[in-house]
Amino acid sequence: MAAPAQRRIIFQHIDEPGYSNDLACYVRNGGYEVLKKSVTRPPAELIDEVKKSGLRGRGGAGFPCGVKWGLVDRKSGKPIYLIVNADESEPGTFKDRYIMHQDPHQLIEGTMISCFANNVKQAYIYIRGEMPHGARILEKAIAEARAAGFVGKNILGTTYSCDIFVHRGAGAYICGEETGLIESLEGKRANPRIKPPYFPAVLGLYQCPTIVNNVETLCHVKYIVEHGGDAYTKVGTPNNTGTRIFCVSGHVQRPGYYEFEAGKITLGQLLYEVCGGPLPGRTFKAVIPGGSSAKILRFGERFKGKRKVGAEMVDYDWGVEDVPMDFDSLGMIGTMGGSGGVIVMDDTVNMVEALANINAFYSHESCGQCTPCREGSLWMKKITTRMVHGQARNEDAALLKSVADQIPGRTICAFGEACSWPTQSFIAKFGDEFKQYPETKKTAKPAGAHELV
Amino acid sequence: MIAPPKPDLVTVNIDGKEIAVPKGTNVIEAARLVNVDVPHYCYHPKLTIVGNCRMCLIEMGLPAVDPATKAPIIDPATGKQKINWIPRPQIGCGTNVSPGLHVKTTSPMVKEAREGVMEFLLINHPLDCPICDQAGECKLQEQSTGYGRGYSRFIEQKNVKPKRTQLGPRVTLDDERCILCSRCIRFSKEVAKDDVLGFVDRGSYSTLTCFPGKQLANNYSLNTVDICPVGALTSTDFRFKMRVWFLKQTNSIDPESSVGANTVVWSREGQIYRVTPRRNDEVNDTWMADSGRELFKAVNAPDRLATTASIDTLVAQAAALFKANSTPGAIAVVGSGRSSVEEQFLTKQLAAALNATASTHLVSRVGQGDKLLISADRNPNVRGALVTGLISALPSQKLTALAAAIDAGKIKVVVSVGEDLAAVGLTAAQLAKVSFVYLGTHVNPTSAAAQVVLPTLSVFEKNGTFINQQFRLQKFAKAVPGPSGATDDLIVLAKLVTAASARLSSAPLAAIPSDLGSLWKLLAAEVPVLGPITYANLPETGLLLDATPFVALPFVEGETLHFKPVAPAVAVTV
Repeated sequence: MAAPAQRRIIFQHIDEPGYSNDLACYVRNGGYEVLKKSVTRPPAELIDEVKKSGLRGRGGAGFPCGVKWGLVDRKSGKPIYLIVNADESEPGTFKDRYIMHQDPHQLIEGTMISCFANNVKQAYIYIRGEMPHGARILEKAIAEARAAGFVGKNILGTTYSCDIFVHRGAGAYICGEETGLIESLEGKRANPRIKPPYFPAVLGLYQCPTIVNNVETLCHVKYIVEHGGDAYTKVGTPNNTGTRIFCVSGHVQRPGYYEFEAGKITLGQLLYEVCGGPLPGRTFKAVIPGGSSAKILRFGERFKGKRKVGAEMVDYDWGVEDVPMDFDSLGMIGTMGGSGGVIVMDDTVNMVEALANINAFYSHESCGQCTPCREGSLWMKKITTRMVHGQARNEDAALLKSVADQIPGRTICAFGEACSWPTQSFIAKFGDEFKQYPETKKTAKPAGAHELV
Repeated sequence: MIAPPKPDLVTVNIDGKEIAVPKGTNVIEAARLVNVDVPHYCYHPKLTIVGNCRMCLIEMGLPAVDPATKAPIIDPATGKQKINWIPRPQIGCGTNVSPGLHVKTTSPMVKEAREGVMEFLLINHPLDCPICDQAGECKLQEQSTGYGRGYSRFIEQKNVKPKRTQLGPRVTLDDERCILCSRCIRFSKEVAKDDVLGFVDRGSYSTLTCFPGKQLANNYSLNTVDICPVGALTSTDFRFKMRVWFLKQTNSIDPESSVGANTVVWSREGQIYRVTPRRNDEVNDTWMADSGRELFKAVNAPDRLATTASIDTLVAQAAALFKANSTPGAIAVVGSGRSSVEEQFLTKQLAAALNATASTHLVSRVGQGDKLLISADRNPNVRGALVTGLISALPSQKLTALAAAIDAGKIKVVVSVGEDLAAVGLTAAQLAKVSFVYLGTHVNPTSAAAQVVLPTLSVFEKNGTFINQQFRLQKFAKAVPGPSGATDDLIVLAKLVTAASARLSSAPLAAIPSDLGSLWKLLAAEVPVLGPITYANLPETGLLLDATPFVALPFVEGETLHFKPVAPAVAVTV
């Protein structure tokens, strides 16, 4: 089956020749019209549209955005804050950066609509420390929008005021975790908070109710408010509404970002047709479908089970290539849609070395608060590093798995899962490679394989 | 049998045992009430909860209710309400009780989770227990016997961190032993209000340190050593001195101010090695000031008073002085706010026997209160002097009345109980005009000028009670024997009273007792407030006395932990 065409909702103007990131260009293309209409509507109506749309958060967890807004404590009398999570730190993900670099006003408009809908008087864009250019662009764009009356005091001549501030992180993965982000925004170490009691919707920034949404999610809000929640549900598949941006990296002919309706394209179509398949003379070996913390898939494995189509349950029997790219399908086969970072590895990649790389990242990024994640991530890194650069032992695979099993579900935030899932899945699916690694090390590397870092 | 729950109580089930606990109690504290130990490192009852060590993981479940009707779902097998067990372990410290909460602390899931955490904590830990001061009172050591593997699967290089950082004048840090529980950081921030500690670096390389240019130098810094669950923070003074399991623990009271922080004195073979706080939620929680921990060093100070003469010889010399000055009003008594209640009672008897009740004085010591555990009144027991009737008004800092009386030539002999009169306004000329009988522990100008010096004991060497600023009667016990040549204050005072009364009448009083048991019978008879109390039945955390007779007095104390100056005192009920 041929791959469907891209459906660019969010990335409509990305890489468009002649499209620039200034206000004039945005307004020329119909910008801020949705905001103008929104401020004339009752805020509750806007929230309803988002609830109806079934929009799921694009940061990684896929939590329904309308439900998140519904949890906000509106009776406390405290101000409500909105934070745009622009920390985009999951390896393999590079979608929000393009929105901020090339279409920042789309984000600002989405943010202002969401702020108006939730009666937010102050919003923050928490941008990743490694994106200084993006921060400058956002600062400039917000200044433009403020001057034009789209942001700031009494926007568009109404009585509603809301300002947006850009806050740069200092370059830590954990700042993408919402409570870690809040701590960081408050000026502290980004140690995620314990939940309960510190649910952001109740006790978030400065102990006030706070909404934390991903950049892409807020852009979807703009689209939803423009076209209506019901219209949005027609994009994508039920329960996986809207489009998804896939950031494909690794061993494919045409890596890049592609926006498709969620669930309408399979992983095989994406990799073989859209991205042009493997490099010449290579074959695909493995793919991580949702950012580096998602569980890896091995080409050749099959997934069987029952799934819900409409009202009935039907059997499915998928190879990796057949899996529809949406939250639920990927969740069913034991991995996740995550942040949309699709990382492809071909037959030149040794999985032990790939895991060593991932483990090095996660051990470096653990905040160090909870014992299992702090010690476990570094231990796994030390094991895989020793396997690659020192002496590998036959029993290392079993030890790695045992260490990884002691982490998830026992930590404050989801980092415990993020750092252990790669090891768990690599060993479950490529255990033979780990067992053979002491022998593999003695043979020459395949042609074209990357040098070890 | 569990009493029916009161409105503010919540019934929970811990390992099958039902218990009603107050709302807001967390699972660790609730479990403690049914004698179930939930191991923990980062949790401390007096600090905020961070839930980062993950040692207190428990399995918990809530009663199942039908989502639509809210009706309880009954499990047909047991006939009781079904429990929805949460499939992942939860932290006990961060989980507050809710009605019907069920907790398992011994299930396989909990055991496995704790074993995992334990292994992780130990992989980068130096395991240097044989040379570690914490050994014997180390939570890590303790829990590893319950949850440790007994061997290590870790063959990699351990992390290397600084081994002996001086965080401040009294605290030395071994970063490799640190398990990053953050108790010390929270203590500094929340209790000591001196936010100087923090972590630098990330993950397993996180390192505890002082902020640049700062020092952990506040007067509460050693509490971080007490609450450190491992041997990372050590007392520079106690470090490498003694294995803790050799030390005898004696309950005592910090005598440095009227707060009366409860303490434990750790000693071996007559030698004190350290003083640590003892938990009393009404007085000092689990804290004490650093300054109070150094006081024991005076015990072995070179200027300690001792005598080779027998105590009876010295008392006879004092009696001769008393006899030679038998004119009424020729003898003055200076009592002490540092004496115990019992000593003050005997001091009062002595003053009465010497006809000196009108010229009985007490020296006040007023300093700056620190709003925490050192009050403005640096005498531990001024209220004892009020309760026993040794004085009836608050003492002043300078003994001007006494000085005037000496100048006028009225006073010929002064009995001073441990007070240096040179320090309270008497000039050398005035000191030279009178004869002194001095009872005390250390050399000072008054002891040097005294005709009779009776060496006595420090608070670490005797038994007694103090009454703190809350009018809480608290007892301290003898930790170490006194030096040779010094005699218990009570014995000395009792002998003096006997000698003094012999001077007055041909029929001397019945022997004044010097043991606490008999003395308390006398006390109870003469001081109504102490009536129902005996020394033996006084609880370790003290007893609040009826303070109503004294509420009008202008006490000098400001607010400190668990104390507000004008708070009405609670009457004693026994």
